[in-house]
Amino acid sequence: MNLTLRIWRQSGPADKGRMVTYQVDDVSPDMSFLEMLDVLNERLILSGEEPVAFDHDCREGICGMCGLMINGDAHGPQRGTTACQLHMRQFSDGDTIDIEPWRARAFPVIKDLVVNRNAFDKIIAAGGYITAPTGSAPEAHSVPVAKADADAAFSSAACIGCGACVAACPNGSGMLFTAAKVTQLSLLPQGQPERYTRVVGMVDAHDEAGFGGCTNTGECTAVCPKGIPLNTIGRLNRDYLAATAKRGGTPGS
Amino acid sequence: MAVTGILLVLFLVAHMLGNLKIFTGETAFDHYAHWLREIGTPLLPSTWFLWIQRTALLAAVLAHIGAATVLAVRARAARPVRYAHRKKVNGSYAARTMRWGGVIILLFVIYHILDLTTGHLNPEGVPGRPYGNVVADFAPERWYVTLFYTLAVVALGFHLRHGAFSAFRSLGQQTPAGERRARAAALGFAVVLCAGYLVVPFAVLTGLVA
Amino acid sequence: MDLFTEGDPIADARAPQGPIETRWDRRRFEAKLVNPANRRKLTVIVVGTGLAGGSAAATLAEQGYRVRSYCYQDSPRRAHSIAAQGGINAAKNYRNDGDSVHRLFYDTVKGGDFRSRESNVHRLAEVSVNIIDQCVAQGVPFAREYGGLLDTRSFGGAQVQRTFYARGQTGQQLLLGAYQALERQIGLGNVEMNARHEMLELIVVDGRARGIVVRDLVTGEITSEFADAVVLASGGYGNVFYLSTNAKGCNVTATWRAHRRGAYFANPCYTQIHPTCIPVSGDHQSKLTLMSESLRNDGRVWVPKAKGDDRAPKDIPEEERDYYLERIYPSFGNLVPRDIASRAAKNVCDAGRGVGPGGLGVYLDFADAIDRLGRKAIEAKYGNLFEMYERITGEDPYEVPMRIYPAVHYTMGGLWVDYDLQSTIPGLFVIGEANFSDHGANRLGASALMQGLADGYFVLPNTIANYLAAGPFERVDASHPEAVAARRDVEDRIRRLLAVDGDRTVDSFHRELGQIMWEHCGMERSEAGLRKAIDEIRALREEFWKRVRVPGDDDGLNQSLEKAGRVADFFELAELMCVDALHREESCGGHFRAEHQTPDGEAQRDDDRFAYVAAWEYTGGDEPAVLHKEDLKFEYVHPTQRSYK
Repeated sequence: MNLTLRIWRQSGPADKGRMVTYQVDDVSPDMSFLEMLDVLNERLILSGEEPVAFDHDCREGICGMCGLMINGDAHGPQRGTTACQLHMRQFSDGDTIDIEPWRARAFPVIKDLVVNRNAFDKIIAAGGYITAPTGSAPEAHSVPVAKADADAAFSSAACIGCGACVAACPNGSGMLFTAAKVTQLSLLPQGQPERYTRVVGMVDAHDEAGFGGCTNTGECTAVCPKGIPLNTIGRLNRDYLAATAKRGGTPGS
Repeated sequence: MAVTGILLVLFLVAHMLGNLKIFTGETAFDHYAHWLREIGTPLLPSTWFLWIQRTALLAAVLAHIGAATVLAVRARAARPVRYAHRKKVNGSYAARTMRWGGVIILLFVIYHILDLTTGHLNPEGVPGRPYGNVVADFAPERWYVTLFYTLAVVALGFHLRHGAFSAFRSLGQQTPAGERRARAAALGFAVVLCAGYLVVPFAVLTGLVA
Repeated sequence: MDLFTEGDPIADARAPQGPIETRWDRRRFEAKLVNPANRRKLTVIVVGTGLAGGSAAATLAEQGYRVRSYCYQDSPRRAHSIAAQGGINAAKNYRNDGDSVHRLFYDTVKGGDFRSRESNVHRLAEVSVNIIDQCVAQGVPFAREYGGLLDTRSFGGAQVQRTFYARGQTGQQLLLGAYQALERQIGLGNVEMNARHEMLELIVVDGRARGIVVRDLVTGEITSEFADAVVLASGGYGNVFYLSTNAKGCNVTATWRAHRRGAYFANPCYTQIHPTCIPVSGDHQSKLTLMSESLRNDGRVWVPKAKGDDRAPKDIPEEERDYYLERIYPSFGNLVPRDIASRAAKNVCDAGRGVGPGGLGVYLDFADAIDRLGRKAIEAKYGNLFEMYERITGEDPYEVPMRIYPAVHYTMGGLWVDYDLQSTIPGLFVIGEANFSDHGANRLGASALMQGLADGYFVLPNTIANYLAAGPFERVDASHPEAVAARRDVEDRIRRLLAVDGDRTVDSFHRELGQIMWEHCGMERSEAGLRKAIDEIRALREEFWKRVRVPGDDDGLNQSLEKAGRVADFFELAELMCVDALHREESCGGHFRAEHQTPDGEAQRDDDRFAYVAAWEYTGGDEPAVLHKEDLKFEYVHPTQRSYK
């Protein structure tokens, strides 16, 4: 296949950036999307140009490091698939493909297609955990967890933190990411003691990082490579409302 | 958004039911309109309750717009650099048009008040004779008014469809089955409300109400 | 020319004596402690944020130490532990099926083909049960039964069901648990997290590891960082083969730099080749994807009986198929251990009976299972794996048999450590896949996660105190001659890499190095092949430093420069791997020497000559490496020939 790529090039945070057109020929349909970019980069290096910087690591759809806006779709046209698992057979000979970085104030561009997603770590640090210092844990079977709750918690816990939800959201909101962790931990008995402080802390950190607000448009869940359901946001809202109602309440209320 | 939206929706329901009274005839409809001004009497002086209602509604509208503006401003700030290539993936038409839809509805409401409340833009505009005003307003030769009303009400329907679902979500609806129900209920509600509002102008247009 | 010389034997000075069940307790009791009030005066650097590094950093911070953590990825949550699929072993015996700490210990020593330390493995089995408790308390959503209790399954041919799992994403869930504990400590200000930073050198002052030189991958800034102890948790070196199931960024640089500064490297030739990976589809291939081992529970492995049979699989009649695992190993069939399944696949492909592009693949056929259990049941069990396979290959495994081929997956070798997980450099601790300690010559399925978390949560935080009790050590800063020298080495190397400005890309060298290693130091090794490989590696390394082209500069994000530094270290490691493989004239676990096999083609150990750990000392440049032997004693599990026939 022969393809025309239009790729966002930005030499650093201070650069304004622009779309640059490249031609890539002899692309095999068995290549992954990132392997196609590897081919382009090899060629650029040999012709004395700077290769395109893009984030990637595991290339098997689980580390969450890759993230490209491909023709306006976060992670490209195939649903439930990260950019690294997207294969070129999803495209046709002669296609023009636009490749851009995630765009959000909270995800500033570092270079080309590489963005800084540290804001997600800050949201987790603000409450996305269960306080259980090493060694303090009770015997694993002392607290049974209903299978349905464990399964639902797992579905939310499958989030890979790639940021596609933010990239796709018309509001630039990180609510699906935040809600996935809130939901996982609030479904488990171990997560109950910190349930309400957690949700307030995480939502505050989310807002502080400069993400937009959620208007339930559902773009996030449509592009989520792990299919995190939109209803996690309902659970976050419920916990948040309960938490704010309880603010200043008496202990044990 | 959800709380103010719900207040406005309650008003919309009451308003629609009131509108439908037009099918009970001119006397009853005008009487109903008059009664609206007298609710609360003699405890309150005439039209006081109406003004209380109007104030509450205005407050809700302002708060609704305020919250929407905050969200819109945050959304703009959250993405300072736009995408060169942006495709709409999933969000329904309703969800995507909430902001412009809201503006259109606001403009319509202003027109609507000047038309049928104050009567400034109404061909008859006789205070205390709403039945006549309505009939004159939607007369067949003024088809463009009916068309404009129709478009505005359909815009309202879209706004309600996503708004109602979104309100359920914001207030903590959280199961997949509940999501399906909430979406269905929002759609049904929007359709019923649209139909309820549109039946009046079309009844005038077709001569059913004259 | 001599490839190596032999030095003094080495011994594990920290290993406690006495009955094996009491050794860990005894070591903890004998180790010195650090007063809680003094802990905040002590700083520990942790490199890597996978299961081992993440859990260690979080735990040390909880104990009150000041921790500085480094990873090359953009977030600690991305470490490659996240990709582990299968599960984590623990001797909980919830199934009442005869499991025990002793049985897990026994299985692991035997599975490691009697090339690991009994004391270490027993400790691993002991703390395995604490790991599950810890992870459950953190909110890891393990699979559960309807009664609300934890589900377990049998894995990798184990006869007991001791593997805990979270669908096919156990590594992800365990890592996120550790990551969240770490983020909590970051939020509390106890851990200073430095993502997108790469360790490029170790700073050793007065014989102690006192710091590291790191490069900020975003700004290119090089800084020296100091602490009272350094912990390496930087993972394995499987990417020396270019194609492996490791993440693209996995590298040996942190451990190799430590090795060059004096830490011994143990058993580098022990690599695990996983039998069920998706085969290479072309020259563009950049990595290999693992398909869970669990597929072999229902899939049947076969190739055509005839050489070069290129008919579609459905056109090959039953009697013309060779279900070779079932034929050669009738009692274990398709469930033989990883090393055996891998080598069998290689043998049939070498015989010209492989399928798919280049003849490098064998069929894993679910037709019988679908007939027997129905498509629905197969979908419920393996649906997500089948989808992943289809995404990558474009073939529907419900209709066409999967094609699989072995791929490098895990490296059992690593920096040599004593019972305290301390390397031969005092103050340098090594945990997780980066050390060599627990898996011997072959790792059992679901044991990598167990070891990483055992080291990070429970072992290191106890043993490091014994070292830190002597601290805080004398203050060192960037002006110390050793620090200046280390930093200058880093800067010189970067300058040299950028200055070559040749005509070949880093990847082209890496790919070629990988081919040499796979060919000669992969599933089957021979003396002639290894000697050839050493020559080829040296020549290629020389060419690398003459012809590599690294574009861009060093004052910002430069992914080519990062790769170049890693590949340069892989060249040096590759040579040592071949030397180690050459000197070990026996077959054991993941190390199979063609000259040392039984008449029917099975691995033949030589316990009289090789029951030792090979710990290699770096001697600098072109001097031959020095071999130090640590003898292995087996008091509880007596070496036997593994047999799966």
